[in-house]
Amino acid sequence: MSRQGAAVTVEDLTVAYERHPAIHHIRGQFAAGSLTAIVGPNGAGKSTLVKTIAGTIRAVSGRVRRDPAGPASLAYLPQQSEIERGFPITVLDTVLLGAWRRIGWHRAAGRPEMDAALAALDAVGLAHFEQRGVSTLSAGQFQRVLFARLMVQDAPLILLDEPFTALDSKTTRDLLALVERWHGEGRTIIAVLHDFDQVRAHFPDSLLLARELVAWGRTESVLTPENQAAARRISEAWDENAGACHEAAEDALRVGT
Amino acid sequence: MLYDYLAGPFVEFPFLRRALVGAIALALGCGPIGTLLVLRRMSLMGDAMSHAVLPGAAIGFMFAGLSLPAMSLGGLGAGLLVALLAGIVTRLTPLREDASFAAFYLMSLALGVLIVSTHGSSIDLLHVLFGTILAVDDTALILVAGIATVTLVALALLYRPLVLDAFDPGFLRSVGVPGSTIHGLFLTLVVLNLVAGFQALGTLMAVGLMMLPAAAARFWAREIWSLAAVSSALAALSGYLGLLVSYHADLPSGPAIILVAGLLYLISVGLGRRDSIRTRYFVKSHLAA
Repeated sequence: MSRQGAAVTVEDLTVAYERHPAIHHIRGQFAAGSLTAIVGPNGAGKSTLVKTIAGTIRAVSGRVRRDPAGPASLAYLPQQSEIERGFPITVLDTVLLGAWRRIGWHRAAGRPEMDAALAALDAVGLAHFEQRGVSTLSAGQFQRVLFARLMVQDAPLILLDEPFTALDSKTTRDLLALVERWHGEGRTIIAVLHDFDQVRAHFPDSLLLARELVAWGRTESVLTPENQAAARRISEAWDENAGACHEAAEDALRVGT
Repeated sequence: MLYDYLAGPFVEFPFLRRALVGAIALALGCGPIGTLLVLRRMSLMGDAMSHAVLPGAAIGFMFAGLSLPAMSLGGLGAGLLVALLAGIVTRLTPLREDASFAAFYLMSLALGVLIVSTHGSSIDLLHVLFGTILAVDDTALILVAGIATVTLVALALLYRPLVLDAFDPGFLRSVGVPGSTIHGLFLTLVVLNLVAGFQALGTLMAVGLMMLPAAAARFWAREIWSLAAVSSALAALSGYLGLLVSYHADLPSGPAIILVAGLLYLISVGLGRRDSIRTRYFVKSHLAA
Protein backbone atom coordinates (compact mmCIF):
# COMPACT_ATOMS: atom_id res chain seq x y z
CA MET A 1 0.00 0.00 0.00
CA SER A 2 1.36 3.40 -0.86
CA ARG A 3 0.18 6.68 0.52
CA GLN A 4 1.19 10.28 0.86
CA GLY A 5 3.22 10.98 4.00
CA ALA A 6 2.49 13.93 6.25
CA ALA A 7 4.63 17.06 6.31
CA VAL A 8 5.56 18.54 9.68
CA THR A 9 6.56 22.17 10.00
CA VAL A 10 8.14 23.39 13.23
CA GLU A 11 7.74 27.14 13.68
CA ASP A 12 10.05 28.78 16.22
CA LEU A 13 9.14 26.17 18.84
CA THR A 14 9.97 26.60 22.54
CA VAL A 15 8.81 24.12 25.18
CA ALA A 16 9.54 24.45 28.89
CA TYR A 17 9.11 22.41 32.05
CA GLU A 18 8.62 24.58 35.13
CA ARG A 19 9.95 27.56 33.21
CA HIS A 20 13.21 25.84 32.24
CA PRO A 21 13.23 25.57 28.49
CA ALA A 22 13.61 22.00 27.26
CA ILE A 23 13.83 23.03 23.64
CA HIS A 24 14.46 26.50 22.43
CA HIS A 25 13.44 28.23 19.18
CA ILE A 26 13.47 25.19 16.93
CA ARG A 27 12.43 25.80 13.35
CA GLY A 28 12.43 23.74 10.20
CA GLN A 29 10.47 21.15 8.26
CA PHE A 30 10.17 17.39 8.06
CA ALA A 31 9.32 16.81 4.41
CA ALA A 32 6.47 14.49 3.47
CA GLY A 33 7.81 10.96 3.17
CA SER A 34 11.12 11.74 4.91
CA LEU A 35 12.86 9.40 7.36
CA THR A 36 14.56 11.48 10.05
CA ALA A 37 16.54 10.59 13.16
CA ILE A 38 16.55 12.99 16.10
CA VAL A 39 19.87 12.71 17.93
CA GLY A 40 21.61 14.61 20.70
CA PRO A 41 22.98 14.29 24.22
CA ASN A 42 20.83 13.26 27.19
CA GLY A 43 18.51 16.08 28.22
CA ALA A 44 18.75 17.65 24.79
CA GLY A 45 14.96 17.75 24.42
CA LYS A 46 14.61 14.95 21.87
CA SER A 47 11.60 13.33 23.54
CA THR A 48 10.14 16.76 24.23
CA LEU A 49 10.26 17.62 20.54
CA VAL A 50 8.61 14.33 19.58
CA LYS A 51 5.91 14.73 22.21
CA THR A 52 5.18 18.25 21.06
CA ILE A 53 4.80 17.01 17.49
CA ALA A 54 2.52 14.25 18.81
CA GLY A 55 0.48 16.94 20.56
CA THR A 56 0.84 15.42 24.02
CA ILE A 57 2.59 18.47 25.49
CA ARG A 58 2.03 22.10 24.71
CA ALA A 59 4.49 24.67 23.43
CA VAL A 60 5.35 27.84 25.34
CA SER A 61 5.75 29.69 22.08
CA GLY A 62 5.84 28.85 18.42
CA ARG A 63 3.99 25.84 17.08
CA VAL A 64 3.99 22.62 15.11
CA ARG A 65 1.91 22.39 11.98
CA ARG A 66 1.10 18.97 10.64
CA ASP A 67 -0.35 18.42 7.22
CA PRO A 68 -2.73 16.62 7.38
CA ALA A 69 -3.51 17.73 10.94
CA GLY A 70 -5.60 15.91 13.56
CA PRO A 71 -4.76 13.05 15.91
CA ALA A 72 -5.90 10.45 13.36
CA SER A 73 -3.01 11.29 11.05
CA LEU A 74 -0.22 10.30 13.39
CA ALA A 75 0.97 7.20 15.21
CA TYR A 76 3.15 7.70 18.28
CA LEU A 77 5.35 5.17 20.03
CA PRO A 78 6.16 6.34 23.58
CA GLN A 79 9.32 5.26 25.39
CA GLN A 80 8.85 1.84 26.94
CA SER A 81 9.50 3.28 30.40
CA GLU A 82 6.35 5.38 30.07
CA ILE A 83 4.16 2.31 29.61
CA GLU A 84 2.94 0.09 32.45
CA ARG A 85 4.22 -3.27 31.26
CA GLY A 86 2.67 -5.31 34.06
CA PHE A 87 -0.82 -4.19 33.05
CA PRO A 88 -3.50 -6.89 32.74
CA ILE A 89 -4.18 -6.50 29.03
CA THR A 90 -3.77 -9.02 26.24
CA VAL A 91 -1.51 -8.65 23.22
CA LEU A 92 -4.55 -8.57 20.93
CA ASP A 93 -6.26 -5.77 22.88
CA THR A 94 -3.05 -3.76 22.88
CA VAL A 95 -2.70 -4.05 19.11
CA LEU A 96 -6.41 -3.28 18.61
CA LEU A 97 -5.86 0.06 20.36
CA GLY A 98 -4.23 1.01 17.07
CA ALA A 99 -7.73 1.08 15.59
CA TRP A 100 -8.69 3.85 18.03
CA ARG A 101 -9.83 6.31 15.40
CA ARG A 102 -12.34 3.75 14.10
CA ILE A 103 -13.43 2.20 17.42
CA GLY A 104 -12.82 5.17 19.75
CA TRP A 105 -14.31 5.17 23.23
CA HIS A 106 -17.14 2.68 22.73
CA ARG A 107 -17.38 0.84 19.45
CA ALA A 108 -16.45 -2.82 19.27
CA ALA A 109 -13.64 -3.94 17.03
CA GLY A 110 -15.12 -5.63 13.98
CA ARG A 111 -13.77 -8.16 11.51
CA PRO A 112 -11.61 -5.63 9.56
CA GLU A 113 -9.92 -4.35 12.76
CA MET A 114 -9.39 -7.90 13.99
CA ASP A 115 -7.87 -8.97 10.68
CA ALA A 116 -5.60 -5.92 10.64
CA ALA A 117 -4.42 -6.66 14.18
CA LEU A 118 -3.69 -10.33 13.47
CA ALA A 119 -1.90 -9.44 10.22
CA ALA A 120 0.21 -6.87 12.09
CA LEU A 121 1.12 -9.42 14.77
CA ASP A 122 2.12 -11.81 12.03
CA ALA A 123 4.27 -9.10 10.42
CA VAL A 124 6.19 -8.45 13.65
CA GLY A 125 6.77 -12.17 14.16
CA LEU A 126 4.29 -12.67 16.98
CA ALA A 127 1.62 -14.77 15.29
CA HIS A 128 -0.34 -16.82 17.86
CA PHE A 129 0.65 -14.49 20.70
CA GLU A 130 -2.71 -12.67 20.60
CA GLN A 131 -4.17 -14.14 23.79
CA ARG A 132 -1.02 -13.72 25.89
CA GLY A 133 -0.99 -11.05 28.58
CA VAL A 134 1.57 -8.32 27.89
CA SER A 135 3.10 -8.84 31.33
CA THR A 136 4.41 -12.24 30.17
CA LEU A 137 6.37 -10.74 27.26
CA SER A 138 10.05 -9.87 27.11
CA ALA A 139 11.07 -6.28 26.40
CA GLY A 140 11.74 -7.19 22.78
CA GLN A 141 8.40 -8.95 22.32
CA PHE A 142 6.60 -6.05 23.95
CA GLN A 143 8.24 -3.61 21.53
CA ARG A 144 7.14 -5.85 18.64
CA VAL A 145 3.57 -5.60 19.97
CA LEU A 146 3.80 -1.81 20.00
CA PHE A 147 5.11 -1.86 16.43
CA ALA A 148 2.11 -3.99 15.49
CA ARG A 149 -0.11 -1.34 17.06
CA LEU A 150 1.64 1.30 14.92
CA MET A 151 0.87 -0.78 11.83
CA VAL A 152 -2.82 -0.97 12.74
CA GLN A 153 -2.85 2.80 13.22
CA ASP A 154 -1.82 3.02 9.57
CA ALA A 155 -0.91 6.71 9.85
CA PRO A 156 0.91 8.97 7.36
CA LEU A 157 3.18 10.21 10.18
CA ILE A 158 4.96 7.87 12.60
CA LEU A 159 6.81 9.15 15.69
CA LEU A 160 9.16 6.75 17.50
CA ASP A 161 10.69 7.67 20.86
CA GLU A 162 13.79 5.52 21.43
CA PRO A 163 12.30 2.53 19.63
CA PHE A 164 15.38 0.30 19.87
CA THR A 165 16.65 1.04 23.39
CA ALA A 166 17.48 -2.13 25.35
CA LEU A 167 16.59 -4.47 22.47
CA ASP A 168 18.79 -7.30 21.20
CA SER A 169 20.30 -7.08 17.71
CA LYS A 170 17.83 -9.51 16.11
CA THR A 171 14.80 -7.56 17.34
CA THR A 172 16.41 -4.27 16.36
CA ARG A 173 17.12 -5.63 12.87
CA ASP A 174 13.54 -6.85 12.41
CA LEU A 175 12.01 -3.61 13.62
CA LEU A 176 14.39 -1.49 11.53
CA ALA A 177 13.26 -3.48 8.50
CA LEU A 178 9.68 -2.50 9.35
CA VAL A 179 10.68 1.16 9.63
CA GLU A 180 12.29 0.95 6.19
CA ARG A 181 9.18 -0.73 4.81
CA TRP A 182 7.03 2.13 6.14
CA HIS A 183 9.46 4.59 4.59
CA GLY A 184 9.07 2.75 1.29
CA GLU A 185 5.30 3.14 1.61
CA GLY A 186 5.80 6.91 1.60
CA ARG A 187 5.08 7.59 5.28
CA THR A 188 6.90 10.33 7.17
CA ILE A 189 8.92 8.85 10.02
CA ILE A 190 10.65 10.67 12.88
CA ALA A 191 12.65 8.62 15.41
CA VAL A 192 14.64 9.52 18.52
CA LEU A 193 17.84 7.46 18.43
CA HIS A 194 21.17 7.13 20.22
CA ASP A 195 23.18 4.82 18.00
CA PHE A 196 25.00 7.01 15.44
CA ASP A 197 26.11 4.03 13.32
CA GLN A 198 22.49 2.92 13.07
CA VAL A 199 21.44 6.46 12.08
CA ARG A 200 24.13 6.67 9.39
CA ALA A 201 23.17 3.28 7.98
CA HIS A 202 19.39 3.64 7.93
CA PHE A 203 18.28 7.26 8.27
CA PRO A 204 18.74 9.63 5.31
CA ASP A 205 17.99 12.76 7.38
CA SER A 206 19.01 13.79 10.88
CA LEU A 207 18.23 16.51 13.35
CA LEU A 208 20.94 17.17 15.96
CA LEU A 209 19.48 18.76 19.06
CA ALA A 210 21.01 20.24 22.22
CA ARG A 211 17.95 22.19 23.38
CA GLU A 212 18.96 24.51 20.55
CA LEU A 213 18.89 23.21 17.03
CA VAL A 214 22.52 22.36 16.14
CA ALA A 215 22.04 20.96 12.66
CA TRP A 216 19.24 19.55 10.52
CA GLY A 217 19.55 18.02 7.07
CA ARG A 218 21.18 15.08 5.30
CA THR A 219 22.63 12.74 7.89
CA GLU A 220 26.18 12.87 6.47
CA SER A 221 26.27 16.65 6.77
CA VAL A 222 24.65 16.67 10.24
CA LEU A 223 26.62 14.00 12.08
CA THR A 224 30.01 15.62 11.64
CA PRO A 225 32.56 15.67 14.49
CA GLU A 226 32.28 19.48 14.62
CA ASN A 227 28.50 19.42 15.06
CA GLN A 228 28.69 16.73 17.71
CA ALA A 229 31.29 18.72 19.63
CA ALA A 230 29.07 21.79 19.39
CA ALA A 231 26.10 19.81 20.71
CA ARG A 232 28.16 18.66 23.68
CA ARG A 233 29.37 22.18 24.41
CA ILE A 234 25.89 23.68 24.27
CA SER A 235 24.49 20.95 26.45
CA GLU A 236 27.25 21.48 29.04
CA ALA A 237 26.80 25.25 28.93
CA TRP A 238 23.08 24.77 29.62
CA ASP A 239 23.74 22.45 32.50
CA GLU A 240 26.24 24.76 34.16
CA ASN A 241 24.38 27.97 33.75
CA ALA A 242 20.71 27.57 33.04
CA GLY A 243 20.07 31.30 33.58
CA ALA A 244 22.37 32.68 30.93
CA CYS A 245 21.57 29.79 28.67
CA HIS A 246 20.78 31.60 25.51
CA GLU A 247 24.03 33.49 25.18
CA ALA A 248 26.03 30.47 26.27
CA ALA A 249 24.36 28.38 23.62
CA GLU A 250 25.01 30.92 20.92
CA ASP A 251 28.66 31.29 21.96
CA ALA A 252 29.08 27.55 21.80
CA LEU A 253 27.51 27.44 18.35
CA ARG A 254 29.80 30.20 17.09
CA VAL A 255 32.88 28.39 18.35
CA GLY A 256 31.65 25.24 16.67
CA THR A 257 31.17 26.64 13.19
CA MET B 1 -31.06 -23.94 62.08
CA LEU B 2 -28.35 -22.83 59.67
CA TYR B 3 -30.99 -20.81 57.85
CA ASP B 4 -31.90 -19.06 61.09
CA TYR B 5 -28.29 -18.21 61.62
CA LEU B 6 -27.44 -17.03 58.09
CA ALA B 7 -30.70 -15.47 56.87
CA GLY B 8 -32.87 -15.16 59.96
CA PRO B 9 -31.66 -11.77 61.17
CA PHE B 10 -32.26 -10.21 57.76
CA VAL B 11 -35.75 -11.68 57.52
CA GLU B 12 -36.63 -10.53 60.99
CA PHE B 13 -35.22 -6.99 61.08
CA PRO B 14 -35.94 -4.42 58.35
CA PHE B 15 -33.02 -2.23 59.44
CA LEU B 16 -30.60 -5.12 58.84
CA ARG B 17 -32.18 -5.75 55.44
CA ARG B 18 -31.71 -2.12 54.50
CA ALA B 19 -28.12 -2.23 55.69
CA LEU B 20 -27.52 -5.31 53.55
CA VAL B 21 -29.03 -3.73 50.44
CA GLY B 22 -26.95 -0.62 51.11
CA ALA B 23 -23.77 -2.65 51.45
CA ILE B 24 -24.47 -4.51 48.20
CA ALA B 25 -25.18 -1.26 46.33
CA LEU B 26 -21.95 0.12 47.75
CA ALA B 27 -20.08 -2.99 46.62
CA LEU B 28 -21.29 -2.56 43.03
CA GLY B 29 -19.66 0.86 42.72
CA CYS B 30 -16.64 0.27 44.92
CA GLY B 31 -15.47 -2.91 43.15
CA PRO B 32 -14.59 -1.35 39.79
CA ILE B 33 -13.47 1.95 41.34
CA GLY B 34 -11.07 0.14 43.69
CA THR B 35 -9.77 -2.01 40.84
CA LEU B 36 -9.00 1.08 38.78
CA LEU B 37 -7.34 2.76 41.78
CA VAL B 38 -5.02 -0.25 42.11
CA LEU B 39 -4.30 -0.33 38.38
CA ARG B 40 -3.56 3.39 38.36
CA ARG B 41 -1.22 2.96 41.34
CA MET B 42 -3.43 5.24 43.37
CA SER B 43 -4.24 2.83 46.20
CA LEU B 44 -3.39 5.38 48.86
CA MET B 45 -5.15 8.17 46.99
CA GLY B 46 -8.51 6.70 48.01
CA ASP B 47 -7.37 6.81 51.61
CA ALA B 48 -6.32 10.45 51.30
CA MET B 49 -9.61 11.36 49.66
CA SER B 50 -11.61 9.62 52.38
CA HIS B 51 -10.00 11.87 54.98
CA ALA B 52 -10.50 14.91 52.81
CA VAL B 53 -14.26 14.36 52.86
CA LEU B 54 -14.53 14.93 56.62
CA PRO B 55 -14.74 18.74 57.02
CA GLY B 56 -17.46 18.95 54.36
CA ALA B 57 -19.47 16.29 56.14
CA ALA B 58 -18.85 18.13 59.41
CA ILE B 59 -20.06 21.43 58.00
CA GLY B 60 -23.14 19.68 56.64
CA PHE B 61 -23.64 18.20 60.10
CA MET B 62 -23.22 21.63 61.70
CA PHE B 63 -26.01 23.13 59.63
CA ALA B 64 -28.43 20.25 59.38
CA GLY B 65 -27.55 17.81 62.12
CA LEU B 66 -27.25 14.13 61.32
CA SER B 67 -28.84 14.65 57.90
CA LEU B 68 -27.43 12.46 55.20
CA PRO B 69 -28.11 14.68 52.16
CA ALA B 70 -26.49 17.72 53.81
CA MET B 71 -23.48 15.76 55.00
CA SER B 72 -23.08 14.02 51.65
CA LEU B 73 -23.23 17.27 49.75
CA GLY B 74 -20.67 18.79 52.12
CA GLY B 75 -18.43 15.74 51.86
CA LEU B 76 -18.62 15.76 48.09
CA GLY B 77 -17.71 19.46 48.01
CA ALA B 78 -14.78 19.04 50.38
CA GLY B 79 -13.43 16.01 48.52
CA LEU B 80 -13.62 17.71 45.16
CA LEU B 81 -12.07 20.89 46.57
CA VAL B 82 -9.09 18.95 47.93
CA ALA B 83 -8.69 17.14 44.61
CA LEU B 84 -8.86 20.46 42.78
CA LEU B 85 -6.38 22.25 45.05
CA ALA B 86 -3.95 19.32 44.93
CA GLY B 87 -4.28 19.29 41.15
CA ILE B 88 -3.52 23.01 40.94
CA VAL B 89 -0.42 22.71 43.14
CA THR B 90 0.77 19.72 41.10
CA ARG B 91 0.37 21.73 37.95
CA LEU B 92 2.03 24.93 39.16
CA THR B 93 4.94 23.47 41.14
CA PRO B 94 7.32 20.54 40.92
CA LEU B 95 5.62 18.87 43.93
CA ARG B 96 4.25 15.47 42.91
CA GLU B 97 0.55 14.73 43.01
CA ASP B 98 0.69 12.29 45.95
CA ALA B 99 2.55 14.81 48.11
CA SER B 100 0.15 17.66 47.37
CA PHE B 101 -2.77 15.33 48.07
CA ALA B 102 -1.24 14.39 51.42
CA ALA B 103 -0.80 18.06 52.33
CA PHE B 104 -4.38 19.01 51.54
CA TYR B 105 -6.07 15.96 53.00
CA LEU B 106 -4.23 16.44 56.30
CA MET B 107 -5.36 20.05 56.51
CA SER B 108 -8.84 18.95 55.57
CA LEU B 109 -8.91 16.19 58.19
CA ALA B 110 -7.71 18.51 60.95
CA LEU B 111 -10.28 21.11 59.98
CA GLY B 112 -12.98 18.46 60.01
CA VAL B 113 -12.09 17.17 63.47
CA LEU B 114 -11.94 20.76 64.68
CA ILE B 115 -15.40 21.56 63.39
CA VAL B 116 -17.00 18.40 64.75
CA SER B 117 -15.38 18.69 68.16
CA THR B 118 -16.39 22.32 68.62
CA HIS B 119 -19.92 21.96 67.28
CA GLY B 120 -21.03 18.52 68.30
CA SER B 121 -20.63 15.84 70.90
CA SER B 122 -18.01 13.12 70.73
CA ILE B 123 -20.82 10.72 69.85
CA ASP B 124 -21.44 12.77 66.70
CA LEU B 125 -17.76 12.65 65.86
CA LEU B 126 -17.84 8.87 66.20
CA HIS B 127 -20.85 8.72 63.89
CA VAL B 128 -19.12 10.76 61.22
CA LEU B 129 -15.79 8.97 61.55
CA PHE B 130 -17.08 5.43 61.88
CA GLY B 131 -20.57 5.48 60.43
CA THR B 132 -23.75 3.77 61.56
CA ILE B 133 -24.79 1.28 58.96
CA LEU B 134 -27.69 0.13 61.10
CA ALA B 135 -29.23 3.59 60.86
CA VAL B 136 -29.38 3.45 57.08
CA ASP B 137 -32.81 4.79 56.14
CA ASP B 138 -34.63 5.01 52.82
CA THR B 139 -33.02 8.35 51.92
CA ALA B 140 -29.61 6.86 52.51
CA LEU B 141 -30.46 3.80 50.45
CA ILE B 142 -31.64 5.91 47.53
CA LEU B 143 -28.47 7.99 47.74
CA VAL B 144 -26.18 4.95 47.82
CA ALA B 145 -28.08 3.22 45.02
CA GLY B 146 -28.10 6.42 42.99
CA ILE B 147 -24.34 6.83 43.35
CA ALA B 148 -23.76 3.18 42.43
CA THR B 149 -25.88 3.68 39.31
CA VAL B 150 -24.12 6.87 38.28
CA THR B 151 -20.76 5.19 38.90
CA LEU B 152 -21.51 2.17 36.75
CA VAL B 153 -22.93 4.26 33.91
CA ALA B 154 -19.99 6.67 34.04
CA LEU B 155 -17.50 3.80 34.10
CA ALA B 156 -19.20 2.22 31.10
CA LEU B 157 -18.79 5.49 29.20
CA LEU B 158 -15.22 6.20 30.35
CA TYR B 159 -13.92 2.63 30.54
CA ARG B 160 -11.58 2.55 27.58
CA PRO B 161 -9.85 5.93 28.13
CA LEU B 162 -9.60 5.22 31.88
CA VAL B 163 -7.89 1.89 31.34
CA LEU B 164 -5.68 3.26 28.60
CA ASP B 165 -4.65 6.21 30.77
CA ALA B 166 -3.27 3.73 33.29
CA PHE B 167 -1.60 1.51 30.69
CA ASP B 168 -0.14 3.94 28.16
CA PRO B 169 -0.98 7.60 28.90
CA GLY B 170 1.22 8.94 26.09
CA PHE B 171 -0.71 6.94 23.51
CA LEU B 172 -4.05 8.13 24.90
CA ARG B 173 -2.99 11.77 24.53
CA SER B 174 -1.60 11.14 21.06
CA VAL B 175 -5.00 9.94 19.82
CA GLY B 176 -6.48 13.22 21.02
CA VAL B 177 -8.10 12.25 24.34
CA PRO B 178 -7.39 14.76 27.13
CA GLY B 179 -5.92 12.55 29.84
CA SER B 180 -6.22 15.14 32.61
CA THR B 181 -9.98 15.43 32.04
CA ILE B 182 -10.32 11.66 32.31
CA HIS B 183 -8.25 11.72 35.50
CA GLY B 184 -10.44 14.48 36.95
CA LEU B 185 -13.65 12.61 36.16
CA PHE B 186 -12.24 9.50 37.77
CA LEU B 187 -11.32 11.38 40.97
CA THR B 188 -14.89 12.70 41.05
CA LEU B 189 -16.18 9.13 40.93
CA VAL B 190 -13.81 8.16 43.75
CA VAL B 191 -15.13 10.98 45.94
CA LEU B 192 -18.74 10.11 45.09
CA ASN B 193 -18.25 6.51 46.18
CA LEU B 194 -16.51 7.53 49.39
CA VAL B 195 -19.46 9.79 50.14
CA ALA B 196 -21.79 6.87 49.44
CA GLY B 197 -19.81 4.78 51.89
CA PHE B 198 -19.49 7.14 54.79
CA GLN B 199 -23.03 6.99 56.12
CA ALA B 200 -22.64 3.26 56.45
CA LEU B 201 -18.97 2.90 57.27
CA GLY B 202 -17.83 6.35 58.32
CA THR B 203 -15.38 8.61 56.53
CA LEU B 204 -12.38 6.73 57.89
CA MET B 205 -13.49 3.29 56.77
CA ALA B 206 -15.43 3.96 53.57
CA VAL B 207 -12.24 3.41 51.63
CA GLY B 208 -11.86 -0.06 53.16
CA LEU B 209 -14.67 -1.52 51.07
CA MET B 210 -12.97 0.01 48.03
CA MET B 211 -9.37 -1.08 48.50
CA LEU B 212 -9.41 -4.39 50.40
CA PRO B 213 -11.60 -6.29 47.91
CA ALA B 214 -9.71 -4.77 44.97
CA ALA B 215 -6.38 -5.83 46.44
CA ALA B 216 -7.75 -9.30 47.20
CA ALA B 217 -9.18 -9.71 43.68
CA ARG B 218 -5.65 -9.51 42.29
CA PHE B 219 -5.11 -13.06 43.59
CA TRP B 220 -8.15 -14.53 41.83
CA ALA B 221 -8.63 -12.80 38.49
CA ARG B 222 -6.53 -11.51 35.64
CA GLU B 223 -8.58 -9.38 33.26
CA ILE B 224 -9.76 -5.95 34.30
CA TRP B 225 -13.45 -6.84 34.06
CA SER B 226 -13.02 -9.99 36.12
CA LEU B 227 -10.91 -8.10 38.68
CA ALA B 228 -13.75 -5.60 39.03
CA ALA B 229 -16.38 -8.34 39.24
CA VAL B 230 -14.45 -10.29 41.88
CA SER B 231 -13.88 -7.04 43.82
CA SER B 232 -17.59 -6.29 43.84
CA ALA B 233 -18.43 -9.85 44.85
CA LEU B 234 -15.90 -9.80 47.69
CA ALA B 235 -17.16 -6.40 48.84
CA ALA B 236 -20.75 -7.63 48.87
CA LEU B 237 -19.70 -10.79 50.71
CA SER B 238 -17.86 -8.66 53.26
CA GLY B 239 -21.00 -6.58 53.74
CA TYR B 240 -23.15 -9.67 54.30
CA LEU B 241 -20.74 -11.51 56.60
CA GLY B 242 -19.82 -8.32 58.43
CA LEU B 243 -23.47 -7.58 59.22
CA LEU B 244 -24.00 -11.15 60.33
CA VAL B 245 -21.00 -11.05 62.66
CA SER B 246 -22.05 -7.66 63.91
CA TYR B 247 -25.56 -8.98 64.70
CA HIS B 248 -24.56 -12.24 66.34
CA ALA B 249 -21.57 -10.94 68.26
CA ASP B 250 -23.11 -7.57 69.01
CA LEU B 251 -20.25 -5.60 67.43
CA PRO B 252 -20.31 -2.25 65.60
CA SER B 253 -21.16 -2.98 61.96
CA GLY B 254 -18.68 -0.73 60.14
CA PRO B 255 -15.48 -2.17 61.62
CA ALA B 256 -16.97 -5.68 61.40
CA ILE B 257 -17.53 -5.29 57.64
CA ILE B 258 -14.06 -3.92 57.03
CA LEU B 259 -12.43 -6.59 59.18
CA VAL B 260 -14.24 -9.30 57.21
CA ALA B 261 -12.97 -7.64 54.02
CA GLY B 262 -9.49 -7.68 55.56
CA LEU B 263 -9.83 -11.36 56.42
CA LEU B 264 -10.90 -12.14 52.83
CA TYR B 265 -7.85 -10.21 51.66
CA LEU B 266 -5.52 -12.25 53.88
CA ILE B 267 -7.12 -15.51 52.71
CA SER B 268 -6.64 -14.37 49.10
CA VAL B 269 -2.99 -13.51 49.66
CA GLY B 270 -2.43 -16.94 51.16
CA LEU B 271 -4.63 -19.20 49.06
CA GLY B 272 -5.66 -17.30 45.92
CA ARG B 273 -5.61 -18.88 42.48
CA ARG B 274 -2.96 -16.55 41.03
CA ASP B 275 0.41 -15.49 42.45
CA SER B 276 -0.67 -16.21 46.01
CA ILE B 277 1.75 -17.57 48.58
CA ARG B 278 0.26 -21.04 48.02
CA THR B 279 0.82 -21.07 44.26
CA ARG B 280 4.24 -19.45 44.48
CA TYR B 281 5.81 -21.55 47.21
CA PHE B 282 3.75 -24.68 47.72
CA VAL B 283 2.81 -25.82 44.24
CA LYS B 284 5.62 -27.51 42.35
CA SER B 285 6.54 -25.70 39.17
CA HIS B 286 6.47 -27.66 35.93
CA LEU B 287 10.26 -27.72 35.92
CA ALA B 288 10.53 -29.28 39.36
CA ALA B 289 7.82 -31.88 38.79
